[in-house]
Amino acid sequence: MSPHGFQSLAALVRRETAMVYEPGKEYLVEARLLPLATALGVDIDTYISRLGTDPTERRKALDALTINETSWFRDHSPYQAFTEEMLPAVLAARADRRRISIWSAACSSGQEAYSIAMLLDQHLPAGWTAEILATDVSTAMLTRVQNGRYSQVEMNRGMPATSLVKYFTRAGTDWEVVPRLRQMVRTRHLNLADPYLGLGTFDVVLLRNVLIYFDDVTKADILRRMSGHVAADGYLLLGASETTLGMPSDVASLWRREQLGRVQAHRPVLAAPQRSTYVPPSSTTAIGA
Amino acid sequence: MTVRAMIIDDSRAMRSILRRILTGLEFETSEAGHGQEALDQLTAGPVPDLCLVDWNMPVMDGYTFITQVRANPAWRNVTLMMVTTESEQSQIVRALAAGAHEYVIKPFTPDAIVEKLEILGLTSKGIPA
Repeated sequence: MSPHGFQSLAALVRRETAMVYEPGKEYLVEARLLPLATALGVDIDTYISRLGTDPTERRKALDALTINETSWFRDHSPYQAFTEEMLPAVLAARADRRRISIWSAACSSGQEAYSIAMLLDQHLPAGWTAEILATDVSTAMLTRVQNGRYSQVEMNRGMPATSLVKYFTRAGTDWEVVPRLRQMVRTRHLNLADPYLGLGTFDVVLLRNVLIYFDDVTKADILRRMSGHVAADGYLLLGASETTLGMPSDVASLWRREQLGRVQAHRPVLAAPQRSTYVPPSSTTAIGA
Repeated sequence: MTVRAMIIDDSRAMRSILRRILTGLEFETSEAGHGQEALDQLTAGPVPDLCLVDWNMPVMDGYTFITQVRANPAWRNVTLMMVTTESEQSQIVRALAAGAHEYVIKPFTPDAIVEKLEILGLTSKGIPA
């Protein structure tokens, strides 16, 4: 792949998804796009130049470039914190309406959303409703989540054997999620860099190992807008290496950090409705008054 | 504390793959080519903390080995993980009912073994603090 090819692809990905591909990631881009280029019988540079004018192929390329290495119950401790700390708190706070809502943001192939669904199946009291929204920028990934089918190699990645036999059935050489878990999870196409229209608020938002792929300005913007979608008494979980520390002060001031076992959760500082109220520039409120 | 693991598989190549993964986690390893050989080693001691067990082996298969280990109270603390090509749901259920704690279906990636050991609480390697 030529340096020009890589630069123009990186610019395209940045424009379409706000994800950053720094120089040095050429091998990754080649590994993911070469099968698509080969399928069309062209070399990788020709393929990249074609993406500017071929929306179908552009969609496929962006799908292929979406990073999706994952396992079930990834890192273990966030799920332990979910079951032992967050879930009991939400059950107490929502006892009146008996409904819990979770957002798996950048859900990839769905292991996170279905891992949460398994825990809810085990720990949610009777009479409660659970809704898990799984969003991703990749339509191919969303189709995978809806189908709920996983290969043997994927199933080996962190799935306890007892859960495998309880929540999956064999489908040829693959495994398929049982209907009662699939019914908990709904999918929606969403680029985290775009507006979050009509999403509502969630008791727990999982935004793990996603921000690392965005530049600092987009990261701050995501965390700023995310604060309108975590319930006032809800939780935002980032990846183990991700934090609001070092963010612009207006972003850092939106979140307080709370240690839950081995996991640090982020919680809104102000009630969500107050933050989402739009104050027009012509407001009589004096700045600095 | 060092974890002692026994790898029970009739394939020398498979034993070697598993040994490399486990020694990478600083486990102490021993090996057996079939269930009976593994039982003899357990009897002679020292008793390992973990056995990785193939299903289909000559002399004594992995399923029989698991039932024999579970029948002896002296070995109740041994954690048993099947690593096998047997992939039918009914076989997994059968192995768990007989006393296997975990089940990995071949082929697997090294990460899959490490993640299963994390589930079993035998290693925290790879789990961020």
